[in-house]
Amino acid sequence: MERIEEKLKILADAAKYDVSCSSSGSKRKNTGGIGNASASGICHTYTEDGRCVSLLKILLTNHCIYDCAFCVSRKSNDVKRAAFTVEEVVDLTMNFYRRNYIEGLFLSSGIFKNADFTMERLMRIVKKLRLEEKYNGYIHLKTIPGASEELIKEAGLYVDRMSINLEMPTEAGLKMVAPEKDHESVKKPLAFVQNQIQEYKAESKLIKHTPQFVPAGQSTQMVIGATPETDLEIMNVAKTFYNDYKLKRVYYSGYIPINTENSLLPQVGSRPPLVRENRLYQTDWLLRFYDFNLDEILNPKHQQLDLDIDPKLSWALRNPQYFPIDINTADYKQIIRIPGVGRQSAMKIIQSRKFGRLSEYQVKKMGIAFNRARHFMRCADTPIILGSSSMEYVKQTILQRNSNKYLKETSSAQLTLF
Amino acid sequence: MNYIFDGTYNGFLCCVFEYFEYKDSNVQLQVEGDDDAQTALFDSSKTIITDISKVKRVQAGLQKHLGKSIAMDFFRVFLSEDRKAWAASFSIICQIFLGKTNILGNYGNEEVLYFKQTLKKVSRERHRMKAFIRFSRSSDGMFFAVVEPDFNVLPLIATFFKNRYADQKWLIYDVKRKYGLLYVKENVMEVKLSPEEKHALTTDTVITLDEKDEHFQNLWKRYYQSTNIEARRNMKLHLQYVPKRYWKYLVEKQ
Repeated sequence: MERIEEKLKILADAAKYDVSCSSSGSKRKNTGGIGNASASGICHTYTEDGRCVSLLKILLTNHCIYDCAFCVSRKSNDVKRAAFTVEEVVDLTMNFYRRNYIEGLFLSSGIFKNADFTMERLMRIVKKLRLEEKYNGYIHLKTIPGASEELIKEAGLYVDRMSINLEMPTEAGLKMVAPEKDHESVKKPLAFVQNQIQEYKAESKLIKHTPQFVPAGQSTQMVIGATPETDLEIMNVAKTFYNDYKLKRVYYSGYIPINTENSLLPQVGSRPPLVRENRLYQTDWLLRFYDFNLDEILNPKHQQLDLDIDPKLSWALRNPQYFPIDINTADYKQIIRIPGVGRQSAMKIIQSRKFGRLSEYQVKKMGIAFNRARHFMRCADTPIILGSSSMEYVKQTILQRNSNKYLKETSSAQLTLF
Repeated sequence: MNYIFDGTYNGFLCCVFEYFEYKDSNVQLQVEGDDDAQTALFDSSKTIITDISKVKRVQAGLQKHLGKSIAMDFFRVFLSEDRKAWAASFSIICQIFLGKTNILGNYGNEEVLYFKQTLKKVSRERHRMKAFIRFSRSSDGMFFAVVEPDFNVLPLIATFFKNRYADQKWLIYDVKRKYGLLYVKENVMEVKLSPEEKHALTTDTVITLDEKDEHFQNLWKRYYQSTNIEARRNMKLHLQYVPKRYWKYLVEKQ
């Protein structure tokens, strides 16, 4: 294997646990060179795990001075180490980009020497791409916690997105596996970048040609299932970060056991909590796009999400008093609360009912999950049944009718982690 | 009445013009040279001549009623090459000109639903082509790619590739429809290739690749393998996102 190929193998392998691969949200134009951003983002391929590949996601190096138990690049881990040169990263990015393999670069790094030294090296790559190669494609840069504000500010002028990972959802959880780290060192730079974004936005209203500053915003990631937080705790943290730092995304990454020495972490070989991860994303979506309040879905009485059914269905079963909802009269906000009806279907229903009352056969074809939705909605031709069936009965009917892809997994490996 | 037209979008719009000029009843669209167009000769049918002045009038009318971007949806749906979708489009356009301008919101209507579903399929294919096109670099610096999209979406991606790859010469060739887009010096043009050129493009034997091209293809394959997380393997999802029919031209799936 060529040396560059081996480096790519090592440094892509070490970077893959960062789940973000989003390339959306930036409007950078091609100004007399190569490349631009696509507002909706483009996934150029998908790996066999079903994850999108839109960016060349690599570490500059996997040498690291820290020893975080959950991280594959921790100092004490016996893995091969490698480091790219600035030229190598630029060369790979440009050649992949010109062949339409990727939307851009996702650049992260282990910390070598200190934060500023690492950040400065990352900046060299970014600047070479933008200034020498005249590259206008997408760049996602990891903010290195502890790097100076001058460096972070300069980076923001060249990249599309910045992110820093919370790693563990709570400070207590983080201390268990990474005693050298704390949430404060994540919050500070997130807040700093957010302030800068707002300043540039305010300025651009007054001055015509203000440079773009992190146009695709910031994101963060939490590892799920490595430490014992409840779903309620996790979503509370997510909510706080969305509110306080106006994050574009919070990513939830089911922990994949990679450490044989730490007895606090799930053992190597145990399955990653993929269903739980999926339920957290569904909850995240309900909060951001479906106008749900967190305490409707998770609260002290109900601290964990159900694994066998989705959180909207779970909420509906606990709140039968809101149903059935008449899709011919209810407003948009009510219709999107029907389990199995998404935002697009709700819009179709609202538009179409202007032409006449809608019947079941029409709504079925609009792309809703009828098997779930039928128990919670009323169409023009829905027969009126006296007395309502119990919600427990509804749940059983739905689960039976669905050859539920989650049931197999939820009954076995999922719960044993806790 | 059967309308036999030339199979182009302009010809399609002329059918709409014809309908409003002569108010024929029970209009069916047929394409010149299609099998069903042959038998249709014995039914009452007429051949529609594509006339650009009529095209412009129908297009202007659509834009006036719907706005420019929604008027474009009819062109997008036409690119599906799906005769059933063409029939639905024809019927919808006629109803719009008869005053039902907001008919496109009626998902309860079978034709509108089919039109919208086809529109979505075409848009998905357009997006896939933006994602799945893989350029190879030839020794003279030309970046070329061969595709076989489900629908005729090249016209919908020309601007995207023009803006993005503004500083390199590129060619995207649709082998199914036997034409391509060639970008040289700020202009995209439609090209048809001679049989020899076409052969060269699809077999890689005549075009000499840039000496580093294979190197970067290998690096890309290496990256693709290394960024996969084996513990999360989910082939069902993988196939849903990258259906097998696209693998042929994807470097990482070779």
